[in-house]
Amino acid sequence: MSEMIKITYREALKAGIREALTNDERVFLMGEDVGRYGGAFAVSKGLLQEFGEDRVMDVPLSESGFVGAGIGASLAGMKPIVEVMTVNFGLLPMDQIVNNAATMLHMSGGQINVPVVIRMSCGIGKQLAAQHSHSWEPLFAHIPGLVVLSVGTHEDARGMLHTALEHPDPVIIFEYTSMLNREAEIPADAGPMDISLAKVRREGKDISIITYGIGVHKSMEAAEKLAEQGIDAEVIDLRVLRPLDEKCFLESVVKTHRALLVEEAWGSINVSSEVSARIMEKAFFDLDAPVKRLGGVEVPIPYPLHLENASVPQVDDIVNAVIKILRP
Amino acid sequence: MENQKNIEPQKAADLLYQMLLMRKFEEKSAELYTKEKIRGFLHLYIGEEAVATGVIQTLKPEDYILGTYREHAHALARGVDAGAIMAEMYGKQEGCSRGRGGSMHLFDKEKNFFGGNAIVSGHLPMATGMALASKKLKKGNITVCFFGEGAAAEGEFHEALNLASLWKVPVLFVCENNLYAMGTALRYSHSMQELEKKGQAYGIESAAVDGMDLLRVMEAATKAVDLVRSTGNPYLLVCNTYRFRAHSMFDAELYRDKAEVEEWKKRDPIPQFREYLLKENLINEEQIGEMEERLKQEIQKAVDFAEAGTWEPEEDLGKFVYTQNSAS
Ligand SMILES: Cc1ncc(C[n+]2csc(CCOP(=O)(O)OP(=O)(O)O)c2C)c(N)n1
Repeated sequence: MSEMIKITYREALKAGIREALTNDERVFLMGEDVGRYGGAFAVSKGLLQEFGEDRVMDVPLSESGFVGAGIGASLAGMKPIVEVMTVNFGLLPMDQIVNNAATMLHMSGGQINVPVVIRMSCGIGKQLAAQHSHSWEPLFAHIPGLVVLSVGTHEDARGMLHTALEHPDPVIIFEYTSMLNREAEIPADAGPMDISLAKVRREGKDISIITYGIGVHKSMEAAEKLAEQGIDAEVIDLRVLRPLDEKCFLESVVKTHRALLVEEAWGSINVSSEVSARIMEKAFFDLDAPVKRLGGVEVPIPYPLHLENASVPQVDDIVNAVIKILRP
Repeated sequence: MENQKNIEPQKAADLLYQMLLMRKFEEKSAELYTKEKIRGFLHLYIGEEAVATGVIQTLKPEDYILGTYREHAHALARGVDAGAIMAEMYGKQEGCSRGRGGSMHLFDKEKNFFGGNAIVSGHLPMATGMALASKKLKKGNITVCFFGEGAAAEGEFHEALNLASLWKVPVLFVCENNLYAMGTALRYSHSMQELEKKGQAYGIESAAVDGMDLLRVMEAATKAVDLVRSTGNPYLLVCNTYRFRAHSMFDAELYRDKAEVEEWKKRDPIPQFREYLLKENLINEEQIGEMEERLKQEIQKAVDFAEAGTWEPEEDLGKFVYTQNSAS
């Protein structure tokens, strides 16, 4: 095992971008305030100075325009990393993403590839209120033609971008603002990460907690608490929200016979809905208890901290839900 | 029509042939539509042929072209095979987009023809991005993007022009002002109707030209293309034209007088150009007769090709969503 280093999620993201810019002349980063400002969340701080303004491009407020331009640049041989400051502004370029990036290969009968990578930060957690706290991974995960990634760990923060840039199709990467300052250990030589598989983050035999993004950390914490009570939970990080790696979570459910699905996105018609449906279709007879979902409460996210916290599943909610399933 | 430039007899004949091909091809398409060979939306370019002909004849094969859903003529001008276009409209897998696109989504990567884009104005940001890639990769080619005056009311028009000018990228925006966006006349969609002036707001050089006069379009396009190529800067060319037919095959044309259409037909670009060539002795009646015979054959060949085409097997439905499962 190689040497481990302590790194923040932000540093891991930055290392990934930096490496991509270093390795391939065709890669460039474009987005609002990625350069002179240093990145809205300081992820790209210093990269403008290091790589120059052709490689790290500040763009005006025109999400549809510059995301479309990123798509166009990818059609014509570049490898753009397009940053949409946060998913909250992600509906403005939604047309470009859904109607251009996701359709071009198909409409052209397989002729035209769109190898664009679009990064968006997302999630709740700083009392930013209704318009700035969105968890819209499911909106994008609904679209055939897109690869949708959720960066739930530091290793993925470091290594998913590399693989996304090698993918011939459009990749959307969701990063979690509330994790930026979080530290974790990763191997000093951490490199490219796979972008096709879900991963078991903690093995267990009593129940499968299936989640992604910030939910991974909450679920891991919950699993530790549950262990103190003699419950051995398995935690699965979906990582790739489209196309879903169902083999991973179905195998887990077949082993544990129980499933709790956790995510922050609004509770109905979210990623868990799909996971639940697939478990019903493909592992129903292996279940010892009904599948349970814990999703976001279906309200615009309120400003006060206590209400914000109440809007999404917390560690104790996960613990309680698991206990209810196992010890009804 | 004045002779702005001396025109070689062979070139004159080719241009006339091209416009006639567009016209006859679309007349045939309309007929095949009533026979239900072609379905879906079918938008005819009849009346506007001088624009696509005049602009595209100035381009080099390596230049990129993006069109709208009213793009049969542009594809023909670009040299996309008439049979492959017809087969596409039939939905056959021998079509230029394997039948997956239909009339509105003609693509031909080898010809650098990038659609066939049916979200009004959605392709403008992509055009800016393709030109950005050409600049970064020092390719030396330019991007030409066609769209209607209706599209110029969309936000993406403004974003794409601003970005193109800000980044100084080699893109020629060609606004085909046919005075109607479906049933909405120019005066009901634009507060300021001299559309070429919109370039000024973004520091983009622009011109308006009589789009019914092939020689004038050629002259204006040559100037525009030379400028874009030599300076690397964007340009806005407004071609004032008129669509003789309905917006699509579903349009009852309640919004305009028949008399207005008849008035414009007096300026039909094709007879206008033919008369000019005859008058200047650049062509004779016999040659025109031969030309019409050749046209008939080319169109019949295209129809035969489409008729003989095959349906893609239903098992292939899932192809071309991701590159991985797109092998043919
Ligand atoms: C974003 C969007 N809104 C509405 C439509 C429906 N629509 C299709 S064509 C059209 C009119 C466009 O007019 P114009 O840009 O002038 O082009 P023309 O059809 O006259 O060539 C409309 C409203 C669409 N396809 N896309």
